[in-house]
Amino acid sequence: MDFISRPSILALLSISVFLALWQGLAIYLDTITLPTPFVVANVLLEEIASGQLPHHLSKTLYRLIISFSIAMFLGCAIGIMLGRHKQIDYFFDNWLVIFLNVPALVTIILCYVWFGLVESAAILAVVINKLPNVIVTIREGTRSLDSELLDMAKCYRFGKGKTLRHVIWPQLHPFVMAATRTGLALIWKIVLVVEMLGRSDGMGYQLHLFFQLFDVASILAYTIAFVALIQAIELLILKPLDKKAQRWRR
Amino acid sequence: MSQLTIQINDKSYINSTDKTTKQVIKNLQLTLTNNEFVCLVGPSGCGKTTLLNILAKLDTQFSGCIELQPKHIQPKVGYVFQNPRLLPWRTVYENIQLASAAKSETLDFLLASMDLADEKDSYPEHLSLGMSRRVSIIRAFANDPDLLLMDEPFVSLDPPTARQVRALLIDLWSKRPHKVLFVTHDLREAITLADQLIFLSSSPMSVISEVPVTIPRNERLQEIKIEQFRQQLFIDYPQIAELL
Repeated sequence: MDFISRPSILALLSISVFLALWQGLAIYLDTITLPTPFVVANVLLEEIASGQLPHHLSKTLYRLIISFSIAMFLGCAIGIMLGRHKQIDYFFDNWLVIFLNVPALVTIILCYVWFGLVESAAILAVVINKLPNVIVTIREGTRSLDSELLDMAKCYRFGKGKTLRHVIWPQLHPFVMAATRTGLALIWKIVLVVEMLGRSDGMGYQLHLFFQLFDVASILAYTIAFVALIQAIELLILKPLDKKAQRWRR
Repeated sequence: MSQLTIQINDKSYINSTDKTTKQVIKNLQLTLTNNEFVCLVGPSGCGKTTLLNILAKLDTQFSGCIELQPKHIQPKVGYVFQNPRLLPWRTVYENIQLASAAKSETLDFLLASMDLADEKDSYPEHLSLGMSRRVSIIRAFANDPDLLLMDEPFVSLDPPTARQVRALLIDLWSKRPHKVLFVTHDLREAITLADQLIFLSSSPMSVISEVPVTIPRNERLQEIKIEQFRQQLFIDYPQIAELL
């Protein structure tokens, strides 16, 4: 019992059960629209070997990193400003509500119509979709800053840069991490739509192509590559960051 | 020597729910000369913390003026808050270093003199309350202040720890003297520490009387002397008894 209840064993078990279910269902249905895991794995290896998948995945990853960085940087700056100044916050609150509620598809279409089917329009569309979320999360964090510590910093003349780095930023860290996680999930999805509608490379473009060919095995193979990459980002970048920031806790 | 003049004509809070104003401080006048250790004694909630916040320039909504002679000097303020207010994500050493421009030898000396040399690289959450209080005192001293404000820094410490930290504080202060305003509602503590006692009335706060403490510093460890002084104080200034 002890052996089975170990986390790593449990994770392995759950993935095996998932694959077994998939395999069983695929054999039972026996249709071209649900290939077995074995077929999908083969396609995945072929696509990697041919260089197709790495090429499109890296294109998408590049767009993700650029738009994510811009959205996080602007979002943190604006969020902190709105959280610190009530007047500005009242003024821009309605704008925020508008941008939060414009459907992603509308922003993407408008960006392409206004700026053409170019790379910068694609990135801008993703940033506009993500930005309001970051702003709202960081604003919430800024509002909950400890005023006693801010007073202390003022009294000991920390100055703006020092206060931001040593007093405000560590308190905002959990909010930034939350914005990062929800942001990555959201941006992935939007980047794909952006690529599908107006780019000639990237995961979104490829998936659209496979859809027209009804090539489900390739779609699933790309999805797996996708999920694996996101997991890698979580495990290799986000988790260690979390750990480093939490080391002062008891 | 330098002189600090405090003149606060009016400090009021406006209650945001029913729009009433409550006057906290009225016509408060204080002059601090030389490097005196002054204890402000008054009932809890009478506005002592408000006064310290005004002196630290954390609160600027008042009428009156605060002046340091000779002029042109921005007085450097050290503030020991009621809660230690340490940054939990920075180590003890970083907390002190961030607040001052002192050399590392000075910081090491201060840490050693407060028995905290071993905790230099600990995070504040791993310290006891007494230790955190001592760190916040070091932070104030390391800043090399012209004026040191202390807001009931020994409240909720057990008596032996409080005694120990008090002794360390006086030791440190006599090595590098400066003006101290120490807020407390514990008269025995005030007599033990102060050169000068200032008694404050409750809302609105103003000065009732100023009393110098005449016991020599080396005799202040004797409880009996403190107690005698306290009894005499109640006889000489009957209005003080009502305050406490």
